Amino acid sequence: MQFLRKKVDQLKKPFLKGGKLEKYEKGFQALETFLFVPNHTTKHGAHIRDGNDLKRTMMVVILALIPALLFGIYNAGYQHFSQIQGADMSFWNLFSHGLWKVIPMLIVSYGVGLGIEFAFAIWRNHEVNEGYLVSGMLIPLIMPIDLPLWMLALSVVFAVVLGKEVFGGTGMNIFNPALLARAFAFFAYPTFMSGDKVWVSDALTVDGLSGATILGNLAQNLESTYSTLDMFLGFIPGSIGETSKLAILIGAILLIITGVGSWRIMLASVIGAVITVLLFNMLGLNALMNFSWYNHLLVGGFLFAAVFMATDPVSGAQTNKGKWIYGLMIGFFSMTIRIFNPAYPEGAMLAILLMNAVAPTIDYYVVNGNISKRKKRIKNNKLKTT
Amino acid sequence: MQTMSKDIRIPKGLNIKLKGAAEKTISDLPRSDVYTILPSEFHGIIPKLNVKEGDRVLAGDTIFHSKTNELVKFGSPVSGKIQEIRRGEKRSILEIKIKADDVESFRELGIKDPLKMGAEEVKMHLSDTGCFPCFTQRPYAVIANPNDTPRDIFISGFSSAPLAASEAYALTGQEKDFQTGIHVLNKLTSGKVHLSVSADEMGFFDKLDKVELYRVYGKHPAGNVGVQINKISPLNKGEKVWTVKPQDVALIGRVFSSGKYDVTRVFAFAGSEVEKPQYYKAKYGTDLTGLFRKHVKNSKVRFISGDVLSGKNMGNITSLGFYNSLITVIPEGDYYTFFGWMPFTQNQKLSLSRSFFSWLTPNKEYVLDTNMNGEERALVLTGEMEQVFPMDIYPMQLLKAALVKDIDKMENLGIYEVAPEDFGLIDFSNTSKLEAQAVIREALDLMIKEVG
Repeated sequence: MQFLRKKVDQLKKPFLKGGKLEKYEKGFQALETFLFVPNHTTKHGAHIRDGNDLKRTMMVVILALIPALLFGIYNAGYQHFSQIQGADMSFWNLFSHGLWKVIPMLIVSYGVGLGIEFAFAIWRNHEVNEGYLVSGMLIPLIMPIDLPLWMLALSVVFAVVLGKEVFGGTGMNIFNPALLARAFAFFAYPTFMSGDKVWVSDALTVDGLSGATILGNLAQNLESTYSTLDMFLGFIPGSIGETSKLAILIGAILLIITGVGSWRIMLASVIGAVITVLLFNMLGLNALMNFSWYNHLLVGGFLFAAVFMATDPVSGAQTNKGKWIYGLMIGFFSMTIRIFNPAYPEGAMLAILLMNAVAPTIDYYVVNGNISKRKKRIKNNKLKTT
Repeated sequence: MQTMSKDIRIPKGLNIKLKGAAEKTISDLPRSDVYTILPSEFHGIIPKLNVKEGDRVLAGDTIFHSKTNELVKFGSPVSGKIQEIRRGEKRSILEIKIKADDVESFRELGIKDPLKMGAEEVKMHLSDTGCFPCFTQRPYAVIANPNDTPRDIFISGFSSAPLAASEAYALTGQEKDFQTGIHVLNKLTSGKVHLSVSADEMGFFDKLDKVELYRVYGKHPAGNVGVQINKISPLNKGEKVWTVKPQDVALIGRVFSSGKYDVTRVFAFAGSEVEKPQYYKAKYGTDLTGLFRKHVKNSKVRFISGDVLSGKNMGNITSLGFYNSLITVIPEGDYYTFFGWMPFTQNQKLSLSRSFFSWLTPNKEYVLDTNMNGEERALVLTGEMEQVFPMDIYPMQLLKAALVKDIDKMENLGIYEVAPEDFGLIDFSNTSKLEAQAVIREALDLMIKEVG
């Protein structure tokens, strides 16, 4: 690695102070620190530091997303070919079909998003933050497979510029950027984001292919034709990353073990959802209300959202107590929106965006509890002494 | 009569196990030619000199006092001649060098019995003999003001920081002085003198009189006096408490019982880069060049006055500090790591996150260096600071209030209860590499200026 390091040091020269490309220093730095964790030593405060940093943390989330991504790619092919009589169902044929669809989406998502991040970093002279590494992966995974790439690109621009940079960049945003991208696409291009044609690749253009989701059908009071096992393993139509609950669970376990994702939020969301469904089961007025609680967890994007989106530490609640409340409310609103509003068969997106807006208020009250305790102490003391 | 002890359990924290713990042997260091005093060691003190170059001093003579408070005096550790007063920018005093006599002559302070003295008399004697640097005031973590009467006085009888010296062991032979010190402290407060000791090492502490004794169970920062105050009787706005380090209690006791100002310290010389880490005994200001040369393995190392979490980088300083009970030596870490951010690699590093395998070997002793292991970033992750912060305070919210200098908010969130050292583990473990201790120090200094 000595050789590579020397090469990097050589390339770095024009980017340093006084060099020709000084303006672009932060851009170069981002690439350099991607290759090498820098040689910075502690100057103030603790002399030793935890091995972990934000890059590694974000990489853990990406690792946790890999199972969902790989299954999503495979499932794109599976959903397409399983509806065509006599199609070649070999693994590679299915997988490569998905690859051709998903890889361009990843390239567009990362290309556009990171491009904007670099531009802002250079313009404002701050470090490129690693947050988008995760958002860039999440955005394609929560989109329908056939979303035109230019729509994806516009959604990314909206999410990164208006969702994040105007608030001051990573760590300052109010809403989850990936969900904002989806919400933008959802309301700007509804025909490409919902209905019974978009969830299976090429269903829009090829006659005879159905692209309806289970939730879409249930909303029209149709029965689900998929088995619980299919729903768990993910052989159902849906957004790219959301279908396999097994893959999501693997990711969730990784996030919980490493401590990167909040288990409190995940657990609270699921508990909130289950309680809500059980209550609606008692009413049982339509197919969605009659759907059992475990089936509700297995369909749609709820579980994916609870594991990967609700746990976003920046837009979620920040106090431990707040996280419980935040999670429970996400579970409650996800299921309520899903069951009551057939126009939005998946409520998780709106539920989380809503709770993003409420999270600071939840934290405010939790922290205020601590403040009042402190003030009360003073009051009691005064009583004692007088 | 022996005091009954109460138990305190600290549920959160982290014990960082490092290589190079000091073996329990105490060696005397030889008397130095020259003793060095560094006023910068006393935070917030602007020194006003009582001596000039060429003056002769006795051990215990006042060398300088605080410009803002004449009662806070600083004594000479040895008898000899003021060799040099080195000044820096704006004539600030960087260091005072004293050429030591071969045989010590002490200023006669008179043998006193604190039990027969009044509070004011005790206080004046402490001020006069240069003992006030032993008292730290909370709020603000600065040297106490002799004009105040603290609500309570707290002593932490142990440190839970990495490689910390065992205070109970360091005090071997000074048990009587320690008890006299406790009697002195009792005169100073309207409340009580609280002493917290580690449940693992009671030492002689349970045989003391006139003290509220607590046994503390838990990981670092359980030994931080701030954490103990927060559990025993939290500090409120407008109140002041004083804290004293164990060796300083003995020093105060010695001043009363022997009539001599004798700042002999027992300190641990520890860390992965120290050959034969052990305890040494030497006077404040002793030149340590010989020790450093003889017992340090490598050249690219950092000398830390104190522990690796909240100690100070000694840089070119080679003398023993006033508060030193530990000097740590660890490797410098100015190297690049290729793809160092890859999860589950670099497992020789310690991490609170489990993206390393270090959590599987909780008893392993680590060699940790000064590498930042990443760059500073915006605060993204939540809940991680709380894991290592056992006080009833929201650490991230307090830090954010400190960063934007919001005085009301800091007050509400408990700024008066904390000292920088309480944020040592947050410095270590936070993923965004925020300099929490520096932020808190700056905030406290701001509070002194704005609120006082």
